[in-house]
Parts: sequence; structure tokens; C-alpha cells
Amino acid sequence: MKYLRLVVANLGRHKLRTILTILSVALALFLFASLRSVTTTLAATAQFGGARRLVTLNATGLVFPLPLSYVNRIKGMSGVTGVSWANWFGGRYGDGNTFFANFAVDPESYLAMYPEIVLPDSEKQAFIQDRTGALIGKRLISRYGWRLGQNVTLQGTIFPGDWTFTIRGVYTPTDPAVGDDVLIFHHEYFDERIGRAGIVGWYIVEIADASQAPQIAKSIDDMFRNSSSPTKTGTEREFQASFATMWGNVSFLMSTIGLAVVFAILLVTANAMMMSARERTGEIAVLKTVGFSDRLLFVLVLVEAGALALTGAVIGLGGAKLLYPAINFNGAGFLPGFKVTTSTLIVGGLVAVGLMLASGLVPALRAARLPIVQALRHVE
Amino acid sequence: MALVEIRDVYKSFQRDTQRIDVFSGLTLNIEAGSFTALMGPSGSGKSTLLNLIAGLDKPTRGTVTVGGAEVSAMTAGQLAAWRARNVGFVFQSFNLLPVLTAYQNVELPLLLTNLSKRDRDERVKIALDVVGLGDRAHHYPRQLSGGQEQRTAIARAIVADPTVTLLDEPTGQLDAKSSQEVLTLLQRLNDEFNKTIIIVTHDAHAAERAKTTLHLEKGDLIEKPRVAAAVGSR
Repeated sequence: MKYLRLVVANLGRHKLRTILTILSVALALFLFASLRSVTTTLAATAQFGGARRLVTLNATGLVFPLPLSYVNRIKGMSGVTGVSWANWFGGRYGDGNTFFANFAVDPESYLAMYPEIVLPDSEKQAFIQDRTGALIGKRLISRYGWRLGQNVTLQGTIFPGDWTFTIRGVYTPTDPAVGDDVLIFHHEYFDERIGRAGIVGWYIVEIADASQAPQIAKSIDDMFRNSSSPTKTGTEREFQASFATMWGNVSFLMSTIGLAVVFAILLVTANAMMMSARERTGEIAVLKTVGFSDRLLFVLVLVEAGALALTGAVIGLGGAKLLYPAINFNGAGFLPGFKVTTSTLIVGGLVAVGLMLASGLVPALRAARLPIVQALRHVE
Repeated sequence: MALVEIRDVYKSFQRDTQRIDVFSGLTLNIEAGSFTALMGPSGSGKSTLLNLIAGLDKPTRGTVTVGGAEVSAMTAGQLAAWRARNVGFVFQSFNLLPVLTAYQNVELPLLLTNLSKRDRDERVKIALDVVGLGDRAHHYPRQLSGGQEQRTAIARAIVADPTVTLLDEPTGQLDAKSSQEVLTLLQRLNDEFNKTIIIVTHDAHAAERAKTTLHLEKGDLIEKPRVAAAVGSR
């Protein structure tokens, strides 16, 4: 502790340089935490999904529809306890630049299948009974100042036109991966407006026994194999994972950018530390003359580097941890349940320790190995 | 037994391809409680001798013993610990740490001891009072005059009560008045506190304040030590 004043005094020698170095470390770790949180959120989303829910898509791809007539055939299969369906809508709000997830569902069967969507029973009934009603996540209320009973108009992008819905219910998801900024509305109304009844985007199939999922999925696909719209069925988790893998390269890109940023900052910090140590060659020689050992000076220089890296880490990682919940960040709906996890903080902390060692080791070794007489010749 | 014993010391430096022999078998003794001036032209080996006594450098051959400890045989780690306890060193250009106050600069050697904060505080205050800077304790070096800086450096050198205090051209960067103040202080430390002082200087007036003057030329002691008659001769 008695040497702490020496460390603090040295850090205060060039206040601006110290502040800028700390800020650059803070920024690097903030970006690192943010980018890593994107990948961990995507991975967590891929883990979402009830074990007893399967998703059936058109085998050609998600954008190709399936006939509604499949519903009864799937319902009749052994081990299936419920079937619901949905269709991606992709409408935009306001000036047309505001986007959040929205899709058409069969209200009763859909809500029955998703206990994670929680809302008062009165609102649930009001939504089910109003053909042009919409159910929205609570975040949309706070974001747009909407209220129950209000009419909201979306501009269709895939299905053109102005689509007006009445807000009948506000839900709170019990699983963040469900997303709290989603708008769902009646598939029936959707069919009516587009004049294309009998078509769905995907089916959600509830089964009695999760362990039977592979067999039932295969049975569904076998059933429609020779039809005009063959299917591809998997667990909901696989369905979410397929979305996440669409981000696969993005995740890799983000990890790479994160590491590149940290590496760039490492060079900046290392340079600042080396400049600082070089400027103090004479002072280090004086301390050695006074009796400071090589080992003590090694530790003191390393502690200086550590103080810079760890202060930056606290600001950067702490900032990321506090900022995102404060602004309710969810990546415009693409990253539901976005959060900076404890594991990200731990990895960020380890990065900071690595940063300290990498940026402090060379100047610390240089200070420890400095020959006194030669160094004094520089200042005398 | 002498406090400082230099026995058959050889010291050479390698500069590029050229070998420079500074000492070739130097032998001399310096007594405890003495005030010795080392004089001689540039390149005569004065500062090198001071560095050998302080354990900042090692002889190529021969032994350097200070207070019974063979400095020339110590490892770097042992030397650091030994210097902390036994050597006070004052540089020509003061070499105070600019980010620390006079008090904090003087406290530096005491950080290496097991003294409590209270004891360190007491010792620093005494050292600063001895050099007449008790009222400048919380000034930074940039807020002190050259003479005050050098007196702070002397306070730093004596605060741990070292076996020997070594000064390399301590008045080299001072004006006449400040030089006299510093030299008077050194005399006082020697006379009143019985400190062993070895000073390297070019300045004959400074050397006159010492009790003993050694002349070095090309690494050799060229005459017997001159011992000042008495305090009255200064």
C-alpha cells in the first residue's frame, strides 16, 4: 500500500495521456462486450423453444408457404396434441423506417401453445374475439406510447397497403427469447386482406412426449413427401438455431472485429506504457540507486499497466452491463433478451488482465533490467 | 579498520571495439566519519569510483568493501537491499522525482524499510529540518530553487541514516550562494552528526571544505591524501 502513492503519482504525470489510454481501453472492452453479447444472445435464442414443440416448414424454404389443409392431417397423427400456424408479415410502422417483428397467427391455438406469452385473461379474450385486433409486447407500449384500444397502422412491405389493427392486449414474455416487441394479429384477417385463404407460413406442432420428437418429425415429412408442398420438420429449437446460423458468419465477423479492436487498443496501451517507461529511464535509475530492487520496480510498472487496463475494464464492461438494460436494447427486435452475460464480463476481465500483461510486461522488464550507471549517464 | 576499502581494483569499459581501462590496481582506504573530496580531471575515474563504492557498478577485478561488507561480491538483489540501508547518494542534477513533493521524495528510501508511517513521518521531518526545508515539505521540485532541490536530495540521502553519503558534483549546477549553503550543510552533517561523506568535485573551493582530498588522474591516486589541518583552515 505504501507504494500506491508512487503508482498514482506516476499515472498523474500526464493526466491527459492517462485518461485517453483508459478511455481507449474502456471503449475497446465496451465494444468487445457488445459484440460478444450479440453472439451469446444469438446462441441463447437458438436454445429457445419448448421441448414439446415442433416447427414444420416448406422443405424448399421459409419463404414458401404450406397449405392450411395440412392442419387436420397433422392433428390426426399419433403423439400430436395440438397444431397452430403463423405467417411472417414484415410490416413497418410510422414513417416506414420503423421496424419490429410482426406476424399473423391463429390466436387461440397459438396462445394455447405458448405459455411464455403472459397477459390478463380479459385482454386475451378481447384479442381472440376481435378479428382486427392485435396483441403486442410490453416494450412497444413504452417505445411508442401506445395504449389498449388504440388503432395502429402498419405499412405492408411483402403484402402492400395500410393495415390497421386495434391493440387488444399487452403481453409480458416469461422467456426473454420470445421477445417483448412483437405484434401478432389474426391469420384470418390476414387471409381476407390478401385474398389468399388456405395458405400458412409455418406450422407449430405440439407433441405429448418430447422424446418422440424425431420420429414424429419424420412421420410428418414422410406424409407430405410426394405432395406439391413437401415439408421439413424439426424441433422449435432447431428452427431457432437455423435463424441463428443465418447469423453464423455475422457472429464470426463480430468476434473477429472484437478481437481486432482489442488488439489495436493493446498496441495503443503498450505504446503509452512504453513511452511512459522510456521517459522515466532516469527516474528508474534513481529509484534503483536509492535501493529499489529490480523485482519491486518490475511489479510497480506492471501495477501501473494494470491500473490503466483494469480501470478501463471497469468503465467499459460496467458501462456495457449498465447501458443496455437502461435503454432496453434488443437490436430493433432482432436480438430479443439481449444482455451482457456474466461469462462475457469474466472473459472481458481476462482480456483486461491479458492487456495488462501484454502492455506492461515489456516496460516492466525494461525497468527491471535497466543498468543503473548507463541510465544515469542519460540524465547526469 | 577503514570504512571503505578499495583493494587492487581494476575497472575497464568496452566502448565499441575499444577497451578503456579506468583503474589498474587502485587501492585506497576511507575512514569512518571522514569528509573526503575526490578531485581530478574529467575521465580520471572519480565518478566510477563513487559508483563502485555505492554498489552501482562492479569492478572488473579486485574488491570493494564498505562497512565490512564486500560490495563487489554481491548479487543485484543483495546490492539493492544493501544500498537501501547503507548508501545515500546525491546527484549533480538533483534527480528528484517531479511527481512527488519534497516530503515524498525524502520518504522514498524509508518505503524500503519496515518503519511505520508514523516513524517515517518523524524521520522525514527531521531530515527536512536538518537541511532547512521543513517549511517546503509539500512543495514539488518545480516549486523549489536549485539550492533547495539539492538540499532536498541531501535530505533524501541521509534520511535512512546510511553508512556512507556519496555526492557526485553536488554543486555543479548551483550558483555560488547555493553552493556555499550546500557545502556548509555537508560540513555540518560531518561535524555534528559524524556522517561519512565522500564528494566528487571539480571545484577547488568545494574540496577545501573536505577534511581529506584525493586526487585521481587516469585512474591513479597521484598523491597522498591531503588532510585539512582543522576546522579553522576551512
